[in-house]
Amino acid sequence: MRPAFSVIFLTTLIGAGQGLFLALIAGQFYWVIGATPAQEAANFYALGSLLSLCLLSTGLFSSFFHLAHPERAWRSAAAWRTSWLSREVIVLPLVMGLLVVYGGLHWLDWHPVLMTFGNMKDLDLSMAVGYLGAGAVIMLFVCTAMIYACMKFIQEWASPVTVLNFTLMGSASGFVLVTAYAGIMGSPLWDFYAGGALALTVLALFGRLASLLRNRMLKPMSSVQTAIGVRHRNLRQITRGFTAGAFNLKEFFHPGNPSLLPLLTGFYVTAAFAVPILLMAVGWQLQSTALFGLAFVVQYAGLVAERWMFFAEARHPQNLYYQKVA
Amino acid sequence: MTDTYAKQLALVIDLNTCVGCHACVTSCKSWNTSGWAGPLTDENPYDKDPTGVFFNRVQTYEAGTFPHTETVHFPKSCLHCEDPPCVPVCPTKATYKREEDGIVVVDYDKCIGCKYCSWACPYGARELDENEGVMKKCTLCVDRIYDTDLPEADRKPACVLACPPGARLFGDITDPDSEVSIAIREEGGYQLMPEWGAKPSNHYLPKRKTKRVIHDDELVRADNPLKKEGPLPKADEKSPSLDDVTSW
Repeated sequence: MRPAFSVIFLTTLIGAGQGLFLALIAGQFYWVIGATPAQEAANFYALGSLLSLCLLSTGLFSSFFHLAHPERAWRSAAAWRTSWLSREVIVLPLVMGLLVVYGGLHWLDWHPVLMTFGNMKDLDLSMAVGYLGAGAVIMLFVCTAMIYACMKFIQEWASPVTVLNFTLMGSASGFVLVTAYAGIMGSPLWDFYAGGALALTVLALFGRLASLLRNRMLKPMSSVQTAIGVRHRNLRQITRGFTAGAFNLKEFFHPGNPSLLPLLTGFYVTAAFAVPILLMAVGWQLQSTALFGLAFVVQYAGLVAERWMFFAEARHPQNLYYQKVA
Repeated sequence: MTDTYAKQLALVIDLNTCVGCHACVTSCKSWNTSGWAGPLTDENPYDKDPTGVFFNRVQTYEAGTFPHTETVHFPKSCLHCEDPPCVPVCPTKATYKREEDGIVVVDYDKCIGCKYCSWACPYGARELDENEGVMKKCTLCVDRIYDTDLPEADRKPACVLACPPGARLFGDITDPDSEVSIAIREEGGYQLMPEWGAKPSNHYLPKRKTKRVIHDDELVRADNPLKKEGPLPKADEKSPSLDDVTSW
């Protein structure tokens, strides 16, 4: 498949934004259950929500460049019963809405208690909105990934590993970012976030390696034989039937040099996972916020390359019909 | 998503008859660029790197090793699947399958040009018209087959009418007595890439060898008792003639 940068930026940016929102909610939960006694820095959640909102909005903005008729984008919520793309279009604004409410409640410092549990812990409004937000974030990860994973004949995508990886990579980059942000804000949750960022990045690495291994072992279900229905072992295309260009030649083939693709795979495994893991391990030891900031930037670049390869390594069966020109 | 439709119009393409002349390609482009689905825009048609929208292509394949090869000309257009994977994924419901005849069409006023339907089609039957920013595809000439201003014989897709050897049949595959159903049933009609479960409505008839066995005695004239060329001997005047009235 041809990697579309609008979609690459959409998925990586909203991934980081969702991860950041999830991190804020996790941080608040960590504090609420009394795991850390220190009071959170003023406006930590509100400004963090704003940062997350910026990432989500930039991602949403980027997605419009994928559409040939962006002014009709509002129509795209219509098929929510059948289309994961439609579901994403509904859940993304839902996440953004909950984020605004969550950040707003923290900004106004308005925490009405909704209920009190037996252990005398309170559930306040912002935490309740946070739980809803966490649910919506997970739903959005699933919707985004299922857009790809539901295409059963693109075998590289059609796997639960795709959903797992979108979730893990988005969460990891959000947690790396929140650690850098928590350091700047002087948050007592810094260590919690640093550990989370490191753990999620390691998990994301395993997830991506699993999908790399899976893709390597895939056996294509379709062949030239099934494509035209001629059962001959030695069957090949002589001509695709035209010498000019066509949509079929552009959309489903990646523009990269095939010999460079392993290099790009090596780059993203290094930049998105290996280097950030190293930087964070050292940064956690040194209590260095700067190293986490650097880790986020390097990881984001790696994740962009990862998403590019996610498209490039997907082999669409329609390509069987466009092998040769004569 | 598997619904039953009142009818399922489809093409049946005989690969044994197709000669690969591309008449279906050009007639399709011509009809559809001027009609309801058009224009099928071209970029740089007379310049470097031309590109454009086509609903139908004829491709050529070769089976075997030289000199024992067989050429297969293979026309390819939208297969109007019974369970079209492009339909449920469309976020705006711009793409739909008509209940009355099973034709899969795009509502150009609703399409946002997100290309998701093209990703969802394993056959590569959908194209983005970059000028109009909407997805386009074969309509089975829906603007032609119901046009009562045309003579009944002309109410067929342009590609079917144009095919010189008559390799393209058109009809309702849910009617067991239709020409297409009989062809599918009796001549081994098959679907493309059945492994993905889209159940394409268009079927293909396989290439088959037409062989004639000639026995030695067929090569020798058995009706000449003299075993040599020349005028036949005249009958005797008294022998009976065919009508018993005239004489030899």
